[in-house]
Amino acid sequence: MLRGELPNELLAILFSAAEPVLIRELEEVFPDVGGEALGRALEKLEEQFNRMQSAIEIRRVAGGYRITTRPDRHEVIRAYLRTKPSAKLSHAALETLAVIAYKQPITLPEVMEIRGIKGSSTIKTLLEKKLIEIRGRKKVVGRPMLYGTTQEFLTHFGLNDLSELPSLEEFEELINTESASDENP
Amino acid sequence: MASVAGLPDYRIQLEFFEGPLDLLLHLIRTQEIDIYDIPISRITEQYLEYLEVMRDLSITVAGEFVLMAATLIHIKSKMLLPPDPVLTEGEEPEDPRRELVERLLEHERFKKAAGLLHDRQVIEDSVWTRGENEFEEEEQEAVAVSLFDLVKAFHRIVERYKDRIVIQIQHENVTLEAKLDELRALLAVRKMLLFSSFLEQPISRIHLVVTFFALLEMCRLREVQLIQDALFEDIRIVAC
Repeated sequence: MLRGELPNELLAILFSAAEPVLIRELEEVFPDVGGEALGRALEKLEEQFNRMQSAIEIRRVAGGYRITTRPDRHEVIRAYLRTKPSAKLSHAALETLAVIAYKQPITLPEVMEIRGIKGSSTIKTLLEKKLIEIRGRKKVVGRPMLYGTTQEFLTHFGLNDLSELPSLEEFEELINTESASDENP
Repeated sequence: MASVAGLPDYRIQLEFFEGPLDLLLHLIRTQEIDIYDIPISRITEQYLEYLEVMRDLSITVAGEFVLMAATLIHIKSKMLLPPDPVLTEGEEPEDPRRELVERLLEHERFKKAAGLLHDRQVIEDSVWTRGENEFEEEEQEAVAVSLFDLVKAFHRIVERYKDRIVIQIQHENVTLEAKLDELRALLAVRKMLLFSSFLEQPISRIHLVVTFFALLEMCRLREVQLIQDALFEDIRIVAC
């Protein structure tokens, strides 16, 4: 296969795929190219493609690459598909999820301690939506279950991996700047 | 107590408090109080007024709210005490508010993180990808069944089973061994069974439970494979 054809080959695969395409999967298709070169080619493709397009884009999600429509085109697509935004997770569920995402693996009592609230219904919702999963049991009295986030979590929130989440310290800085600007408007 | 000073529209805001930390943080932030130097007496008073209002509105005050009230009063009383005389010279006495402040700050960070997730969710909900692919070897592409799915499916069957009127008279002796043999024989003939129809056969609760255990055991021994084609669909039991 011609080297120059690789970007187009990759683009064709990205276009045809429903799930984020992993480099590992591409290595099987292009055994003679190698993972590193594929990674570089994808990065270049992403950059070039996204510069040219204004309706669809290549994005990195859940450790892979995928083509999606751009978020700013949502209105026209909704009009065409006649759909409404899907039901969002509740505030409580998002907060529980945030605690799990940052502190995983974590037990339910630990989550409740941080949130200062009793109750396990949000955990059930998150399990049902496959945003979190059971990661075994903690070796303490009562052997409570440990929870962590899933691949679906990354996809749902458009994250490539967990390191894309800002650190909790960054949130603290954000809070401090906010309260500082409140004092001196 | 009639009204909460400086917070006239508490009736609407009440719903938003996810817990005592949320309420406390709200009191601190809306009044632009320095979180590192909380006027504990004033905040405790306002906090207790809120609980009063909740009671007036017949909202059940959850235990954690009451616990926090006790914590606040405890801190308040500690602050009234003179510094520990046993403390060696030059050593800073610990601020009784420290632990609470740390919890509040942590809570606030997670609130921000939840806000970020919310925003990202809105963005992700605004993008579309291409539809589902159809793979040749669809058998392998099935969603892996987690223990949670399995227990949930079992729970559904037990729930359905509850509605039936069953009179159990004699003591039944069901052993796991016998059930395993039965299952193996069944699978040898049928190759594939549906989880729902399969668990509906037994006539008593003990049968149901032992069958479920037998199934788990067979999974563990890699004698069977459990396959679910899509979320919430019936689980297929296939002999390996």
